[in-house]
Amino acid sequence: MATTPLLTVRNLKKHFPVKKGMFGKTVGHVKAVDDISFYVNHGETLGIVGESGCGKSTTGRVLMRLLEPTAGDIQFDGKDLTSLSAEEMRKTRRDIQMVFQDPYASLNPRHTIGKILEEPLIVHGMSDSIERKKKVQDFLEVVGLHAFHAKRYPHQFSGGQRQRIGIARALMTNPKLIIADEPVSALDVSIQAQVLNLMQDLQKEFNLTYIFIAHDLGVVRHISDRVGVMYLGKLVEIAPSEQLYEKPMHPYTQALLSAVPVPDPDFHKERLLIEGDMPDPAAPPLGCAFHTRCPYKMEICTTDIPQLIEQHTGHSVACHLYGSQGDNDIKQMEGSL
Amino acid sequence: MNESKRILEVKELQTTFFTDSGQIPAVDRISFYLSDSEIVGIVGESGCGKSVTSLSVMGLVPSPPGKITGGEILYNGRDLTRLTDKEMRRIRGNDIAMIFQEPMTSLNPLFTIGNQMIEAIAIHQSEMSKKQSEEKAVQMLKLVGLPRASALMKDYPHQLSGGMRQRVMIAMALVCDPKVLIADEPTTALDVTIQAQILQLMKKLNTDLGTAILLITHDLGVVAEICERVIVMYAGQIIEEAPTSVLFKDPQHPYTQGLIQSVPDMRLKKERLYSIPGNVPKPGTILTGCRFAPRCKFAFDRCISENPELYVTADVHQTRCFLYEERKVKMDGNNTFVDS
Repeated sequence: MATTPLLTVRNLKKHFPVKKGMFGKTVGHVKAVDDISFYVNHGETLGIVGESGCGKSTTGRVLMRLLEPTAGDIQFDGKDLTSLSAEEMRKTRRDIQMVFQDPYASLNPRHTIGKILEEPLIVHGMSDSIERKKKVQDFLEVVGLHAFHAKRYPHQFSGGQRQRIGIARALMTNPKLIIADEPVSALDVSIQAQVLNLMQDLQKEFNLTYIFIAHDLGVVRHISDRVGVMYLGKLVEIAPSEQLYEKPMHPYTQALLSAVPVPDPDFHKERLLIEGDMPDPAAPPLGCAFHTRCPYKMEICTTDIPQLIEQHTGHSVACHLYGSQGDNDIKQMEGSL
Repeated sequence: MNESKRILEVKELQTTFFTDSGQIPAVDRISFYLSDSEIVGIVGESGCGKSVTSLSVMGLVPSPPGKITGGEILYNGRDLTRLTDKEMRRIRGNDIAMIFQEPMTSLNPLFTIGNQMIEAIAIHQSEMSKKQSEEKAVQMLKLVGLPRASALMKDYPHQLSGGMRQRVMIAMALVCDPKVLIADEPTTALDVTIQAQILQLMKKLNTDLGTAILLITHDLGVVAEICERVIVMYAGQIIEEAPTSVLFKDPQHPYTQGLIQSVPDMRLKKERLYSIPGNVPKPGTILTGCRFAPRCKFAFDRCISENPELYVTADVHQTRCFLYEERKVKMDGNNTFVDS
């Protein structure tokens, strides 16, 4: 690739200890994020999808270092985030902002919108008081609210408006990357469409890069240039969104896509219904994490962990159905960077 | 017309909440029916009154502040709104059962699955012996596709996954072989792969047992998947009703059209999503005129001042919008249609 990606993640891991007993002895680990690698280019949107417990939200938090990674490195805009001190990391966060799922819980009910939006500017030592207030008013207009809303409190707004405020807050420090964790899943369909359109407009206007974490496959396809699919802490497939949705390769991706109900009663698709539930992340199955539910399970799947291998340009998949361990040295995912 | 018997018929139902800030008609004179072994969906966004409708049918509206202030709910010709608490209790579970969105909170965490299943059987079928009820419980758990059903009887709810808990809830609801199952957002808390399993199960039970299902949901995809007929609600009113295939092909009400277009389609990528401007109104804030008028791109003077009625625009298709007034087909008392 000609340009360096804005964000490159290599072999990222986040393991949570499972403690038991009176002395808190560690009896095992939940591998919430287990050895994932990917990159995000300037100005693009990378969608991360997966079901609950797959580690997609933990990934977002580890990238921000709101959770300390267990291993791996994160290159962001020429900096190695994992080696920064807490203070340096705090300063870097002006370039990486987050938008959260629950606009009700992520805004302090006792602060006015003006104060909520001013806060990031104060924290990052930007501008004087008058300029700050001006900026707050400008950004309220940018996200489709009004300057006079600055004097109001969060409870005076609807869910969609609150999410607009959450987005405005993320924009205050002129970030390069915004990590949006389920930003529209708490909203009604008609409001969801408004917020998605707003996010697309802002991306063009401010040349933003998004990591869009969500469980809704339709929403992710709509907003993403590339999509990564996670299952039990692993990235099982990553591809340009067109390709992922048209020609999914991993059996889990296929099952996931075929499970989504399509709002068209005449559309009949072949359904790959998978049995059972996701296994306990504290005791994941050996080999491929998906083999317990996979309709194409082979001998090797129960013993060897499949690596993420690039099969077509930009389309990588971690599955033994496509090539064995032997040929992956040519096309390891990092090779394409 | 529909040949089969209407097992549940709601007429002009009005449920009002009496709050400090005034009376809020959460459900405002709605009428619909559910035929024998039919699956009907009620869809709408938050605050449209879809859940209050289902609670009203079950006689479970929290009171105070809520109260059914008008209309009838006819189950097999019997008006449920006039029954005493005791009579209603006999209907609930035996004839009409309900499952909820959050299976986690609908099960008691302190009792085993077996305990709770047997309790449900004991209340409604007191003639059964303990052993018989136990066998029945295991049989029901098997029916909903739970593996190792007898061992599961000794498990506590927290030992089960979300999908398994919802299956237990369905098993419990079906214990007394109800004629009507009301499912209020049964798959909203579940992951898509599990949602697909539960929807398939509901469809199967509907076919095998002939249970009529009233499915309350916000997800148009779920509706398209299993419902035969759809009722769209907005701000406490029914604004459109049609067979599923008709509604998705020829949505008439501007709100239904907007709603269908707002859903990002997984099959093709649009440059920009259609979005309905404005917000869902708080219940009880718009009382004159069409409730959708402030957000409607077709709104004209009359929409602001007058509330449109539900016009029958085609066989089994009804729309509450002035745009369809001229297409209205007059309906006589016997549900036969005559062109106007």
